[in-house]
Amino acid sequence: MMYAVAIIAILITIALALARALMGPTVYDRIAAINMLGTKTILLIAVFAFVTDRHDLLDIALVYALINFIGIVAVLKLVEHGNFHTDGSIKQKKEQS
Amino acid sequence: MIDLLSWVCLSLGGLLGIVAGIGMHRFPDFYTRLHAAGTTDTLCAALFLLGLGLQAGLTLASFKLFLIFAFIFFTSPTASHSLANAAMMGGVKPWTRNND
Repeated sequence: MMYAVAIIAILITIALALARALMGPTVYDRIAAINMLGTKTILLIAVFAFVTDRHDLLDIALVYALINFIGIVAVLKLVEHGNFHTDGSIKQKKEQS
Repeated sequence: MIDLLSWVCLSLGGLLGIVAGIGMHRFPDFYTRLHAAGTTDTLCAALFLLGLGLQAGLTLASFKLFLIFAFIFFTSPTASHSLANAAMMGGVKPWTRNND
């Protein structure tokens, strides 16, 4: 019962975040929504591990937490620079000239 | 007693998550939406993981939950900060009452 309520609340939040990710006027809105969706997915996996009483699933939640952060930062860098091979100093030089 | 505490933590976390989801739709521009999503994210995750940790007791599972919590505690504000920074650099203007 307790876990069912928690899972339903997480699923409602994921649905709202997904709607924002699909609608979002700017690309940053979409990334923020996906970030929130990823965090909620970690919680969903953690709760699911307790529902099914298989605590090994917590390892998957931990890995998902790592991947979520790396993914968000990588997508942000791609959006900001347009590619992966420039770094901040090159961009500053372009702005000065 | 522990069940009750865990129940309170899980429902508060769920409530906070839904409030964040509603805030993502009600606020007018990106920065306010990021505020709704980013600030509630950390506490929502903390409450959920605390509720689950109370169920698990002092076991390996609760240690893993603590690791997940510690990671989210540091990365969620960092991700929010870099999002706001990227949006500012990308030229998204903050909303005010005047430029409606």
